[in-house]
Amino acid sequence: MKRRNLLASAAMGLMLASGAAFAQGMDHVKACFVYVGPIGDGGWTYQHHQGVLAMQEKFGDKVEVQYQESVPEGADAERVLTQMALGGCNIIFTTSFGYMDATNAVAAKFPDVKFEHATGFKRDSANVSTYNARFYEGRAVEGLIAGRMTSSNKIGYIGSFPIPEVIMGINSYYLAAKKVNPDVQLSVVWAFTWFDPAKEADAAKALIDQGVDVIASHTDSTAVLAEAAKTNGKVIGFGQASDMAEYKDGPRVTSIIDNWGPYYIERVGALLDGSYAQADIWAGISGGEVLIGEITDKVPAEVKAEAEALRDAIGAGTVHPFTGPLKKQDGSDWLAEGATAPDGDLLGMNFYVEGITGDIPQ
Amino acid sequence: MDFGGINPVILIATLMASAVPILLAALGETVVERSGVLNLGVEGMMIIGALGGFVTAVTTGSPVLGFIGGAVAGAALSLIFALLTQVFLANQVATGLALTLFGLGVSSLGGQGYNGIKPPHTGQLLPDALADLPVVGPILFGHDWVVYFSIAMTVVLWWVLKATRIGLIIRAVGESHEAAHALGYKVNRIRLMCIAFGGAMAGMGGAYVSLARVPQWVDGITSGAGWIALAIVVFASWKPWRVLIGAYLFGGITVLQLNLQVAGSGIPVEYLSMAPYLITILVLVVMSAGRKGKSSAAPAALGQNFHASR
Repeated sequence: MKRRNLLASAAMGLMLASGAAFAQGMDHVKACFVYVGPIGDGGWTYQHHQGVLAMQEKFGDKVEVQYQESVPEGADAERVLTQMALGGCNIIFTTSFGYMDATNAVAAKFPDVKFEHATGFKRDSANVSTYNARFYEGRAVEGLIAGRMTSSNKIGYIGSFPIPEVIMGINSYYLAAKKVNPDVQLSVVWAFTWFDPAKEADAAKALIDQGVDVIASHTDSTAVLAEAAKTNGKVIGFGQASDMAEYKDGPRVTSIIDNWGPYYIERVGALLDGSYAQADIWAGISGGEVLIGEITDKVPAEVKAEAEALRDAIGAGTVHPFTGPLKKQDGSDWLAEGATAPDGDLLGMNFYVEGITGDIPQ
Repeated sequence: MDFGGINPVILIATLMASAVPILLAALGETVVERSGVLNLGVEGMMIIGALGGFVTAVTTGSPVLGFIGGAVAGAALSLIFALLTQVFLANQVATGLALTLFGLGVSSLGGQGYNGIKPPHTGQLLPDALADLPVVGPILFGHDWVVYFSIAMTVVLWWVLKATRIGLIIRAVGESHEAAHALGYKVNRIRLMCIAFGGAMAGMGGAYVSLARVPQWVDGITSGAGWIALAIVVFASWKPWRVLIGAYLFGGITVLQLNLQVAGSGIPVEYLSMAPYLITILVLVVMSAGRKGKSSAAPAALGQNFHASR
């Protein structure tokens, strides 16, 4: 046998062996996580970490977990990902939208490592999966409460970055509020950060100064609720990403809870038992990925019942937060009577719906 | 009284409060730099102060003790810097940067378990009757005591640096440490005290973030305020009054850009966000052009270590 053939058959053998091993699953998985903020942020990253802890609890010794906090979105992320891939990670979860390009770039170089990108839509190579939660379903419940609870008819929303994920939350929040309160006006403030407590508090203060009395936020810390708490009950807000239960006796009337644990258990479990496949998961209230936190007594009983009914209807699939007829901000038609928004439209959403004032920064 | 949906009275009142952390830190750093020491560790001292203040306030239940705790924590961290640069003559730039990284790490470690706790409330100092007066009420009387303290410190530092013997000695050490040494002043001891003062002020500024402005503890809570404080010192050409103006300008633009967004103005956010930095560059250009070739306003011995044997 010539040397070339020998090498080729050896390589073939190796591939078969590893393929077979893969099909049978793995004895031990090293799961790595990239976080955009500190795990102590009390919101987004905290909640991912809770999911990771649940996953580790479930699998015990079979899983080794590694994570890195406060990784900037951009070139640094690529370096962190490369280090993780070289460091023996079998599966890497990148938990912020801004890691999208870095994840795909590194994934192309390490075909044997599985990559899971949260809230993104690019799956350039076969080893990249994306996962997300339908937070906009929770936003609709918040919007309903906002529309019913506001006395100034001014409601606010603190956005992080103008990406589809955030814009669909704003639209869903506004539509639900408008439905129950046609006079409602929405002010949007862009903070251009996921995590900067001082700036988040300033943004909340700016909204409060201008007469807004219900604030939803799409940033990661509890600063917005802390600022709302200073108004002695005049302003209410929502727990974002995490329950933020410590503000229950203050401004927090309900919350959107990201429940990542089941997903992490499922994916790492699939890698262990060999059933892992590329996926694009987008579950919502029905799948248990989005939970609505306890609605406090600050909300009148009938509004609470209405909000819970909406939550259950969305969960059952009988109500979609984006149901036509709907127009875009510029007056052009988007959804016809009775039509619901296709996922593609939502994932690429770059427009406000009719009635929201202001422009989306480019 | 609204301009484009923004009430200027509320805007000014808000910016006075939001500028306090950078104002306190920048005032402290001004004294440090006037004594000839460049401490780039402001961010680290602020965040240690934010944590130290938070922990003290939560443990004792007193916000005032919290601010003192923040000042002590900031000063303690700055003494590490003082030890390295004044005793072991380490490079000030590198040591200062290391101090920031160290402070961020230590605060993250020490802050474990303090997430989600609410600190005691720092209320407004004066009675509501005064704060409810139109226009002057919110601006002059509606603040907590730290806001007044920060303004008082501006006046005190201006007077001390300009008109007192201590100020003269600090400036002498900063302009020419060898001359000061020849006159019999203990250069390194004076600098050490200035560094500790700067650390205490930065720590107090940090404590204001965690106790009053965002009343809670989260990792990385100061998020870059220390760097802005450093920029303001240069912007102010090392003069306390200009530090006050600089801090209000930076704080004001941040508040203004958020308010403009809420009011729905058409000005893109990006322009407003870069405005303070553009103004800093402009001021630096104007300052150096006005001097016609003379050296800048920086203390002549800034960043240079001193040892009596030289």
